[in-house]
Amino acid sequence: MRGYNFAYLDEQTKRMIRRAILKAVAIPGHQVPFGGREMPLPYGWGTGGIQVTAAILGPQDVLKVIDQGADDTTNAVSIRRFFARVAGIATTTRTTEASVIQTRHRIPETKLRADQILVYQVPQPEPLYRLEPSRVAARRLHALAEYGAMHVRLYEDIARLGAVAISYDYPVLVNRRYITSPSPIPAFDNPKLHRMAALQLFGAGREKRIYAIPPYTEVRSLDFEDHPFRPHRADGACALCGARDSYLDEVLTDDRGGRMFVCSDTDYCAGRAA
Amino acid sequence: MSTPPLLRAEGLCLSYGALAALDQVGLALWPGEVLAVVGESGSGKTSLLDVLSGRRTPDAGTVLYQDESGATREVHAMAAPLLRRLHRSDWGFVHQDPRESLRMEISAGGNIGERLMESGRRHYGAIRATAAHWLAEVEIDPARIDEPPRRFSGGMRQRLQIARALVTHPRLLFMDEPTGGLDVSVQARILDLLRRLVARHRIAAVLVTHDLGVARLLAQRIAVMRAGRVVETGLTDQVLDDPLHPYSQLLVSAVLRV
Repeated sequence: MRGYNFAYLDEQTKRMIRRAILKAVAIPGHQVPFGGREMPLPYGWGTGGIQVTAAILGPQDVLKVIDQGADDTTNAVSIRRFFARVAGIATTTRTTEASVIQTRHRIPETKLRADQILVYQVPQPEPLYRLEPSRVAARRLHALAEYGAMHVRLYEDIARLGAVAISYDYPVLVNRRYITSPSPIPAFDNPKLHRMAALQLFGAGREKRIYAIPPYTEVRSLDFEDHPFRPHRADGACALCGARDSYLDEVLTDDRGGRMFVCSDTDYCAGRAA
Repeated sequence: MSTPPLLRAEGLCLSYGALAALDQVGLALWPGEVLAVVGESGSGKTSLLDVLSGRRTPDAGTVLYQDESGATREVHAMAAPLLRRLHRSDWGFVHQDPRESLRMEISAGGNIGERLMESGRRHYGAIRATAAHWLAEVEIDPARIDEPPRRFSGGMRQRLQIARALVTHPRLLFMDEPTGGLDVSVQARILDLLRRLVARHRIAAVLVTHDLGVARLLAQRIAVMRAGRVVETGLTDQVLDDPLHPYSQLLVSAVLRV
């Protein structure tokens, strides 16, 4: 498209973001600040993810964008079309065909390969946010690896409810060092973070932070020895493809209590139904 | 004494602008001993406690601490992670206001357990059992383990704070007016409790108070401070019954007798 640099951002900005990404990869799970730019979409819609994607896209890349697992929701369609216009690259809905996947709140069910990059949209990069409102204090806690307070949160859940009640954005310990927010993916997806072959990049636009989990990095969900981490999944099968191993969305079908479970990952579901 | 002191301070100076809060203060604390620092408000007691515990850096002077391995460490030259580790396990802090160290929205068990989890304990059942044990130690019904401290009375909060400080079996306890702001009968119960626990677990303590009665009950030795200087030190009974320094005499005679 004329009037725009390749992939919308100017080259100086991309270099700045790439430097932040390199630093983030070098210190797995550590949040690196970057000079976030205004993007032509509002905060909360993936301004962080879109900047990371813009900085790593090349002309040969094939882009897939998902929102809550689906390729056909507004956010996913708009971002995919945005990059098709400003970068002129190929897009796809197939997980296996994509080289870059930008995602909001899900990890694809299909196992990712070493030649793929997963870019997360992150609303709140600071996992200690609810426990320590001061950023200065939270940074000091990260620096000293003082994460006792995080376990207090888990303790309180078990004491009150018998089990940890965090169902999404479940905090993880990356490379045995940094406690990191996996972005609001369901806890069901947490095991996929562990030793994933693909590079995982996280971009938070409003908070202007980038962090990364390099390929094959150890990622542990926080738990207690006698209360090990257990991912939650709705007990049922997908009404469209019959999958019993995928993450399910519950869909209301009428106003008389009719409902059904379907795969949240539309590409996985379509591939199985075909 | 042949054993080396647990904590030794020498030549501590600290000033806030023109005001000298500490002026050449030195003291030593031996294992298992309770030292009371008494004096009127503004005499530098709390500043001294902050400096001794490494929370504030003095303008001059050193604080030496003998850690569990027997090595002598200079508190203010220590790297931050090391000092924080001391504060998390080997040291305890009891504030006048329990809100300074308790999380009011988190259950009593969580408040006690936090110190354990901070020092790396990861077994929920064990953490909970230890928390219940320490609630009983400070005479709080273990059945209230899941209640947050904001539902506790002032005296219970203070006892919960003590349980939280002692759960890691610290060797050194810093106390800043631990019974301030409580009524007399609650005070008596907490003093009784502190005296028993400190003696049973052989914990050394620096106790800052303006209340000579508290000092007499808890401390073996006493240091009288005035305007940033230690004007008199000695055995508690000796100082309180036969004060030498005019200021100590004034302080002792100012106590209301009923």
